[in-house]
Amino acid sequence: METTKLTEERIKKYLEKGKRFDSRKLDEFREIVIEKNISKNAEGSARVKIGKTDVLVGVKMDVGVPYPDSQNKGNLIVSAELLPLSSPRFENGPPKFPAIELGRVIDRGIRESKFIELEKLCIKEGEKVWNIYIDIYSINDDGNLVDAAGLGAIIALKNSRIPKYDEKEEKVLFGEWTNKNIPLSKETPITITVHKIGKTFVIDPDKEEEDISETRVTMSTSDGVIFSMQKGDKCELEVEELYKILDLVEKTEREIFKKIAGFLE
Amino acid sequence: MTTKEYKRADGRKNNELRSPIKAEVGVIPNADGSAMFQIGKTIAIAAVYGPKKMHPQHLQDPEKATLRCNYSMLSFSVTERARPGHNRRSTEISKITEWALEPVLLIDKYTNSVVDVHINIIQADAGTRCAGINAAAMALAQAGIPMKELVSSVSVGKIDKTLVLDLDKYEDSEFDEGEGSTDIPITFTHSGKITHIQLDGKISSKQLKEAIELAREACKKIYEVQKKALKDSLGK
Repeated sequence: METTKLTEERIKKYLEKGKRFDSRKLDEFREIVIEKNISKNAEGSARVKIGKTDVLVGVKMDVGVPYPDSQNKGNLIVSAELLPLSSPRFENGPPKFPAIELGRVIDRGIRESKFIELEKLCIKEGEKVWNIYIDIYSINDDGNLVDAAGLGAIIALKNSRIPKYDEKEEKVLFGEWTNKNIPLSKETPITITVHKIGKTFVIDPDKEEEDISETRVTMSTSDGVIFSMQKGDKCELEVEELYKILDLVEKTEREIFKKIAGFLE
Repeated sequence: MTTKEYKRADGRKNNELRSPIKAEVGVIPNADGSAMFQIGKTIAIAAVYGPKKMHPQHLQDPEKATLRCNYSMLSFSVTERARPGHNRRSTEISKITEWALEPVLLIDKYTNSVVDVHINIIQADAGTRCAGINAAAMALAQAGIPMKELVSSVSVGKIDKTLVLDLDKYEDSEFDEGEGSTDIPITFTHSGKITHIQLDGKISSKQLKEAIELAREACKKIYEVQKKALKDSLGK
């Protein structure tokens, strides 16, 4: 069920007074619940719940051939699937645009921040490198899947072990792990999305709010440094409004980082 | 610590667009509107068909017309042959292009219709989505689709620590020293609103604000080129 016009008007009226249906402030996240290692067969994994939104992220690795333009680096492959199980709006079949965008936005946040030290995942230059697959699945969509997926990805990576690799046989010993983690840098990219609804700016929308969002800007940042950004949806923004969004993201990123710091050790 | 400024390989100033910048309207006779936009070595063509009835019926919007963009790179537009057809990148750029253009369109009255915008990249040297948007805006205007104003698009970037306008392929994807390369494609309406922005790289919010200002000025120049091309097409 999409959000009705009547609900939309009511939400907007509330937002103009700085209020939301669930009594949150406009720049307040819902409760974030994180669980690590939800699949013992994954190299690393995490479940992130933001309110009723629920996302699983798993990391798997195998050995492959480097891309022509990065002969001495591991390969990063991020994909997202919006499971029909997670919403009556999602259907089986080839990925549609929202799933493609979700995967690509998370990919860029991680790639551009150089969070994964891909050059340390080269086995033999030009021939053999580690592939890192980050797979995102929605379990329940109640809005803001993207920020949940971003958190899930960095937490899953932080908790990933590299599988054993038999150099003589040239094959990965799946299901056996070394005690080495995936090499990561200290700068941890956090994904934060700001939505514009009416004249207000909202963080972490639930599904109803997300439905009536006029435009959104997703950013991946760490301590005020921006690694990636994507404006979505068809509503224009004044330059001043974009600056306001920047400030809001910077502030929120610091808060969220503090909240999840315990899972990044 | 070195504070060496990045020197552009092609000798451009940091706030200088590539040349040549060429625009031509009406390049595809069959289309309701069409245009070519070239900036440096990047060439895009766009064609508009519609508004026409949307098929299949379940895709129809009873409240307004649907804008449907379709961005694609020709297989020989890049040095290593691109596989023809759609991939994740082109799917995303198609959508981004819709978002960049739709805010200026007044297509509410064409209910249950679709406006198709086809964008093909003939020659790619970075900045293809921006060139495509610039061509598409002109094509929409020529097709007589009601519009509030034009949009103009440019990419601005940071090479190591230096802000530069309109990245070429080397600056966009090959430069790899210092802080590397940050690419920020932005689309402005003529009146200065942002309809599209993306960013890949690493930049502080202070420098990002400077980059946005730089893009704003450049889009004014691109607008003049688009406007001239549209005016010239009327004489034909």
